[in-house]
Amino acid sequence: METNGVGGSAADMSRILSELETLKTAKNDIDRRISALEAQLRDTTNIQDKNDTVSNGSCPLISAVHSNINHDLTPDSVYRYSRHLLLPSFGVQGQSNLLKSSILVIGAGGLGSPALLYLAACGVGRLGIVDHDVVELNNMHRQVIHTEAYIGQPKVKSAAATCRSINSTVQIVEYQEALRTSNALEILSQYDIVVDATDNAPSRYMISDCCVVLGKPLVSGAALGLEGQLTVYNYNGGPCYRCLFPTPPPTSACQRCSDSGVLGVVPGIIGCLQALEAIKIAGAVGEPLSGRMLLFDALSARIRIVKIRGRSSQCEVCGENSAFTQQQFKNFDYEKFTQAPLSTLPVKLNLLPEDSRISSKEYKEKIDNGEAHVLVDVRPEHHFKIVSLPNSINIPLASLEVRLPEISKALKEEDNSGSGASLYVVCRRGNDSQRAVQCLQKMGFNSARDIIGGLESWGHDVDPNFPTY
Amino acid sequence: MDVTDREIKTKNAECKPAENKGSSVQIKVLFFARARDLTGLTELPLELSSGSTAQDCLNKLVARFPSLEEILGSMVLALNEEYTNESVIVQDKDELALIPPISGG
Ligand SMILES: [Zn+2]
Repeated sequence: METNGVGGSAADMSRILSELETLKTAKNDIDRRISALEAQLRDTTNIQDKNDTVSNGSCPLISAVHSNINHDLTPDSVYRYSRHLLLPSFGVQGQSNLLKSSILVIGAGGLGSPALLYLAACGVGRLGIVDHDVVELNNMHRQVIHTEAYIGQPKVKSAAATCRSINSTVQIVEYQEALRTSNALEILSQYDIVVDATDNAPSRYMISDCCVVLGKPLVSGAALGLEGQLTVYNYNGGPCYRCLFPTPPPTSACQRCSDSGVLGVVPGIIGCLQALEAIKIAGAVGEPLSGRMLLFDALSARIRIVKIRGRSSQCEVCGENSAFTQQQFKNFDYEKFTQAPLSTLPVKLNLLPEDSRISSKEYKEKIDNGEAHVLVDVRPEHHFKIVSLPNSINIPLASLEVRLPEISKALKEEDNSGSGASLYVVCRRGNDSQRAVQCLQKMGFNSARDIIGGLESWGHDVDPNFPTY
Repeated sequence: MDVTDREIKTKNAECKPAENKGSSVQIKVLFFARARDLTGLTELPLELSSGSTAQDCLNKLVARFPSLEEILGSMVLALNEEYTNESVIVQDKDELALIPPISGG
C-alpha cells in the first residue's frame, strides 16, 4: 500500500508539474498578447491625442465641447497620477513639471532602491541609474528594488527592470559603470537633478563638485548603522558639500555599510526622503531642504533639522574666488583627496614580510597535523558572535595590548612538547590581523603570523560551508 | 556668516538671565554618527564656567575622549540646532551638537 501510495504520488507530481508547465506557457502567451494589444491601443490613443492637439490649435472652442483640457497630460496620465492631481498644493502644474523633468540617481543600493521606486512611480520624465555593482544576497535586507532572481546580475539592470514594471511610461536610462571624473560630467549634464545615493566619501566629494561645476541641485542622503543624514546641496545659492566639509574625514571615520552594519529600513527612510526632496525640486513645490540638514536617529525615534551654514565665500569649489573648472574636475584625484577608494572593493593591506604570514590552506594543514598553536581572532566581539573558527580566542584589536597576558597563558597551555606553540592571528579580511601581528612582534611575540585574507579566504579556499558576512 | 554669528550671540545674550553672570553654565552636548562611536554616548551634560566658548567645550571633550580629535576637522558644529563656529559663547541650557558626515548608503 505504502509503496503504491508513494508511486501514485510520484506519478501525481509529474502530472501536476507538466500541467503547471502547460498552464504557465499558456499564461505567458496570453500576457504577451495582452501587452501587445495594450501597446497598440496606446499608439492609437497617442495618434488621436496628437490629432486633437492639432485641431485644438486651429479651433480650440469647438474641440472644447468634448473635453476642456488646459494641460498636456494624457488621459492615461490623468488617471495614473490622479492622487497627485487631487493635491491642491501639487496638482496639474506639479505633475506636469515632474513629467518634464529628468533625475539621475547614483547608486542603486540601500538609498537608491527606495528613491528609484518612488521616482519611477511618481512619473519623472526621464530617470537615470548609475551603478557598477552586482546584486548580492547580503544586499537584499535593504536594497528593496532587487529580487532574488537578480542575484549575480548588475544592479542597474535589476533596478531598471523593476522601475519599468512599476511605470512603463518613464524613460529609464541605464549606466552600468562606475562614476568617475572621466564620465561624470557627460552623464550628470544630461539631468536636471542629481540624487547622491552612493556609499563612500570620494564619490560624495566628486558628485558635489561635479554638480557645482554643472550648476545642478544635489539631493544628498547617507545612512549607516541606525542613523541617517539628508541635505539638498548647491541649490538656490545654498552651500555645497565642501562648504560644510572642506576637509575630508580620516578614512577610519567613514566606514561603509559592508564594514559597519546598517539596519535595512534606515537607508530606506533616507532614500524615500531623497525621492521626496527630488520630487519637490522637480515639481517646483514647497521648500526644499537647502541650508538645513536632517538628522535621523532610528534608535531614539528622533528627527532633528539643523540649520547649516550658507555658501562659503572661501569654498575651494563654489566660493566667490574659486575657479574650479570642468578641466580641473577631470584631473582631480578624489581617492587621494579622501584617502579612500571609489570602488566598493575592500582595501587589501600588505604590511608584513612573507615569512610572517600563512595562507588559510596552510593553516588547515597545521590543524590537520596537530601542530600546537593558539589562534587569536582580533575582530570585534559582535563579529566573533556571528561566526568563528574552532578553538580561536577572541581578543579585539583595540584591546590587544592590555590583554597580552591572556595570549601568553594560552601559549603555555598549548605547549605540550616543550618546544613552544605557534601563534596565529586571524580577522575578517586579513588587514587587522596584520596590524595585530605588527603589534605582537613589537611586544616580543616574534613568531606571530597572520592568516592571509582572513576568514573570507578560509570560506573561499578551505571550507565553502563556512558562513561569510 | 559673521552677521549670522553675531545674531546668534545677541539672541543668546538676551535670553540669558543677568544673575547667571560669573557662575557656571550647564550645557548638553549631542553626539552623532562617528562622534557617537568614539564616545560611546549620544549625549553628555557638561558644566563650564560662564563665558566659555564652543572651542572650550571641544577642548574639554577631547581631554575626556582623546579619540574625538580625529573628527574635529571635519564636522558640522551646531548650537541649538543652528550652525555655529568655535568662537561663539555658550549659554546655560544650550545644546551643542557634533555632527560628522556619514558616507554610507
Ligand atoms: Zn562650496
